[in-house]
Formats: sequence, C-alpha cells, structure tokens
Amino acid sequence: MKLEELKMAFETLATPVPMRHAWVSEQQWTDAATVVRDEGGRLLALWASAAGPGDVHQICAVYVTLEGAIWLSLPVLPEDGQLLYPDLSASFPAALRMQRAAADLSGVHARVATDTRAWLNHGAWPASHHPLQHNAMQWPALAATELVNYPFVKVEGDGVHEIAVGPVHAGVIEPGHFRFSVVGERVLRLEQRLGYTHKGIERRMTQLEPVQAARLAGRVSGDSTVAYAWAYCMALEGATQTVIPERAAWLRAVMLERERVANHLGDLGALGNDAAFAFGLAQFSRLREDWLRASMDAFGHRLMMDCVVPGGVRADIDREHSDKLAQLCDSVAAEVHTLFGIYEAHSGLQDRFLATGRVAPELASRLGLTGLAGRASSQSWDLRSDHPWLPYSALAVAMATHDAGDVAARVLVRFEEVFESLRLIRRMLADLPSSPVQCAVILPLNAARGAGWVEGWRGEVFVALDLDGLEQGSRIRRCHLHDPSWQNWPVLEHAILGNIVPDFPLINKSFNLSYSGHDL
Amino acid sequence: MIWQIIKQIGSTGCRTEPAPDIGAVAQAESASIHTELLAILGQALTIREVDAGSCNGCELEINALGNPYYNLEGLGIRFVASPRHADMLLVTGPVSRNMETALRRTFDATPEPKLVVAVGDCGADGGIFGESYASCGRVANVIPVDEVVTGCPPAPIDILRGILKAVRRRVKA
Repeated sequence: MKLEELKMAFETLATPVPMRHAWVSEQQWTDAATVVRDEGGRLLALWASAAGPGDVHQICAVYVTLEGAIWLSLPVLPEDGQLLYPDLSASFPAALRMQRAAADLSGVHARVATDTRAWLNHGAWPASHHPLQHNAMQWPALAATELVNYPFVKVEGDGVHEIAVGPVHAGVIEPGHFRFSVVGERVLRLEQRLGYTHKGIERRMTQLEPVQAARLAGRVSGDSTVAYAWAYCMALEGATQTVIPERAAWLRAVMLERERVANHLGDLGALGNDAAFAFGLAQFSRLREDWLRASMDAFGHRLMMDCVVPGGVRADIDREHSDKLAQLCDSVAAEVHTLFGIYEAHSGLQDRFLATGRVAPELASRLGLTGLAGRASSQSWDLRSDHPWLPYSALAVAMATHDAGDVAARVLVRFEEVFESLRLIRRMLADLPSSPVQCAVILPLNAARGAGWVEGWRGEVFVALDLDGLEQGSRIRRCHLHDPSWQNWPVLEHAILGNIVPDFPLINKSFNLSYSGHDL
Repeated sequence: MIWQIIKQIGSTGCRTEPAPDIGAVAQAESASIHTELLAILGQALTIREVDAGSCNGCELEINALGNPYYNLEGLGIRFVASPRHADMLLVTGPVSRNMETALRRTFDATPEPKLVVAVGDCGADGGIFGESYASCGRVANVIPVDEVVTGCPPAPIDILRGILKAVRRRVKA
C-alpha cells in the first residue's frame, strides 16, 4: 500500500518546510501508521486536542517521510462515555509515552494500549481532571494531594537489587527518577519516571496572546531556546501568512547554529569530565563561556532568549559585531581542532567512550531514535539537509553520521557538527542579505492552523498551532510543542543494558536529553 | 600526548576573574569572603542545587560557575551530591507540583545553617509560568528563602553575587 492510496485530503500548510495536514478516519489513521512504518518513515509527534466550543476532541500525529511531514487529525467521539482512538505504539514504540501524556492532559485514551499508567500526572491533581480540556479553566483551587506511588516493573532473581535515583540528582541537572535493577554492577533493566518538571506549559500557552507566547515557547527547554522560538514563530507566521524578511531568516539560522555550537561545546567538556578527564571540562567550558559572552555582546542575551520574535528577530547586528563573531569562529575552530586531536589520541578516554552505551542502527530505527543521537546510530535524518529552507537551502549543510551508536560515535557527531556549524556561521555572516529584520504579524480573521519544524541541536523541534479567529478573541486554541527527547528517552533505557552502573552518567550525558522539554 | 595537554594548558593561561562586587562598600570585603565563610561555617561553603521545575536555562548558568572564568571552587564554594552535606540550597524553577514534595524533603534533610537562594525569575515570582494546576509558583511558596537572584536566566556573576549576599546576610543577623 502507498500513502496516496489512502485517499487522504491533504491541505498544504504555509511553512518553509514541506508540511501537509489532513483530517482522517479511524481506518486511514491505522493504515497510515502501517504505510509510513513500512516505507521507513518516522513518528515525529503525537498529541491530543480537547474539544472547545464548535470543535471536537481530536488526536493528532505527525509523520516524517522522505517527502516531508504529514500531520493527521482524527476526530475522537465518545464511546460508552470514553474517548478512544486506535493505538499507534505497535507500529511506533515511541508513541507509548506520548499517548500516556495525552491521556493525562486531554482525557483521550488509546484503545488496547499496553501501558496505561499515568505519566505526567503524579497525583498532584485528580486523575478525573484533564488540564487541557476547556472546562479546566474553571477549576477550583486544588488542594495539595499525596503523590501516588508509581508501580515500577520489578525484576526478580538471584542477587537482583534495585538502585533508585532521583528526582533530585547528585549533579547540577534537571529532576527525574531512574530505577535500576542490577546484578553486581551490571544493569539488567532501567526504568525511567519523568514528568517532575511538568509545569503546565501547554495550558499556559492558551492564556497568552499569540505574539507574547513566543517568550513561553522559548522557555520550554532553555538549552534549545532559539530552536523553540523559531519553531513557534514559524508556526505562527504560517498561520498568519506572514513572510519574514530574508535577513531575519539568515540571522535566525546564525543564532540556531550558535546555539548548536554552545551546547556541543558544553557537552564535549562534560563528556570528558564524566570519563574523569577534567582537562576537557576546563577547556571546553572556557570556550563555551567565550561563546556565550559573544552572544551577549552581539544579540543581548547569553543564551539568545527572546531574540527570535514573531515576524523576524529582535535586533539586527552591525558589521562590527558580525566581524567579531566571524573571528571567534576562526579561533574556536582552531582550538576545538587541537582538543579533538587530544580526545582522539587519549587512550584512557577512548577506552571509556568506545562500545559504551551502544544503540545498534537496527534498534535505533525500530525505536525511532532521532536527532544527533540518531545520527550516531546511522539514522541519517537532518532537516537542514533533507528539506533545507532559507537560508539552509543556500548552504548545502553536510550531515554528520556514524554507525557505531556508542558514546564515542555521539562524541564524534558533536565534533563534526561543531566544525560544520562554524563553517555555516562564517558563510552566513559573510553573505548576510540586507533587508529589515522584522515585519508585522497580523492575526487572522478566521481560525487558522500553522506548524513549525526546526532542526535544533538535540534533534527536531516541532510546534503545532491552532489559532482562534478574531471573533473568538484571536487566542491560541491549542499549541503543542514537541521535543526530540520524547523519542530518545525510551532508547536510553536500552542503551544502558549490559553496561555497568558507573557508566550511566557518561551514557546519559552522551544523549543529553531534556527533562523540561519532555515534561512540559 | 601529555605534552600536547601541557602545551594547551600553558597557552590557555589563567582565565579566572576577580570575585564580584557585592555592594558599594563591599569591594574590599569580597577579598575576605573566604575567611568569612570559614568564620560562619567553619568550612568551605557547600551547595546542593535543586531544579524544582526550571526550563534548564538556570542550570546552564549555574554550571557555568564552574568554568575557569568564575572558578567557584577557588572561592571555597563547592556543589555537593547530597543535601545532608550542604550548607545552602540553590533552587531554580517555578516549583512544579510534582517537585513540591521532593523540594520539601530536600529542605528537611539539609542541616543548619540551611541557607536558601532562589535563582531566576521563576524562582523569584513564578516567572512566565506563574501558578497553576501544575506549578506552585515561586520557591518561597514552598520553603523559606534567604536571597533571590532575578534574571532569565541570571548571568553566572549575578548568581555568585546572590550566593555571597545570602551568606553575608546570615552573618549579620
């Protein structure tokens, strides 16, 4: 079967990347999953929208195929008092946690799901309450409730014991819980429990003005603030038929690549440190600090928060700043090159990196590993090369891929992406087109839909946006913000299998997934 | 190999910058921070960082305190793995309701002097997330706070300033 044979009525969305939307029937919903999987496509995101006035409950899925992305919406009608839709986790294992989150937040459930434990709701609000349903706005103040005990899967056998870690971790990192079942030092099973940083972002989105909401989008995961702000703005600009000035698009890409370099520099240092190579941390954290100070100088914020705004970018940069940024690329490239030589030649370091936390390409493909971790396991997808939009279409981005799937491969991908991003930044700064850097965003008269899709440093950030028309107050009806961590967290549970507990921090850091971006 | 590392260290040199000014008259005093820490605590200052629901922006800047420019450990300040070893909690985020219990328990496990510094606009007043079904808002809504560092996220130097101010304030009290 082919996608075309399913006769879905696609509407092309106004985005710079190929994106189509269709309303589907249950049969089409189920068939599409099979077809996409058989064609080697991927599940990008899954979320539910609860019914509002003049609207129905719906479950939405976005798939990526070689041609681009398709966004499918399935209306979900009550059935014996329950809102049910066909499960996708049999075709795409990554769907499982997204379906559990949709059940918690919107009250729609997958039919015959294999795991129905609550995911984001830890007992802080009643299970009968669904914060994304429209009547949720009138909730009375919630009394403090006891957090519920989570039924972890028990591993039994001779000498098996459990190590419980978190939510408050030993390092300066985000909160989450890891339950290891081990024999001696060897890990038999890891089960994650996330959701600790759930702070109600998607409901908060519906309370903000669409233009103001870009600030909140930029705070879904602080380390990817440019990627989120750009994806959200892309969705809003699509929904409002806004075409941003060319220079603004180029400056956004300069910032996105700078964000990629900043995070990779930080990770490369931390990965050295987790393998007891403190020299690496000192050197890379110094380079990262130089890098962040340059962002402060050129864009007015160390992490470039709120620098991407609907309609363009907050401020232009002048020749002097652009020259400084280009010079910094040269000096950082030279230093990273030296450090790359040291990392590669250091046998103690390579001993810790090689064959540790391996995700074989076949497993990566089956579980839907994405982003930079995916590229280290032969999953050769990078939106900047696959469907280059402006300015990437003018830059011929070289994708970094490796097939070993271990910590060493994820380190190598980072090194290669740093060099490529430095090349891109220099190119872009040299060729910056001249035009204004901002235009007005005029909210639409009628309800409108938009989508944003950006290759952030960790992987693809996706934003789906439903706007109300002018008569309903031009509010955000629903905005879903998707982090690539949703796909990659479950794969980490596999990557650790058979490794020893002391290697977990190293393996975990080599993925460096977002808790906040996942928990929303 | 080792020569390459030594050469790199040598060519990098010392990048550590002076500790921040913590008030108009405090410039001279900042040099004595280390002595003061010893006087108050009888030891170096140990900090347990708790992300109670942040977007991880604040964590990035707190981590930056360890880089050679700020050289936190050189000031006698250290992050520790358990609240039981800590003099101070550095708390970020609007406190999510899912982290409320964990934060209270962390606070209870911390021995005196139990200083608390709330970091970031969200820790200060809930920030853009505010209070909701999922968010308790500012840190002070859940545990007592000694010092607040605003900013989204605050720069490392501001966080360092906040840490020093909290210690000083407790000495004077």
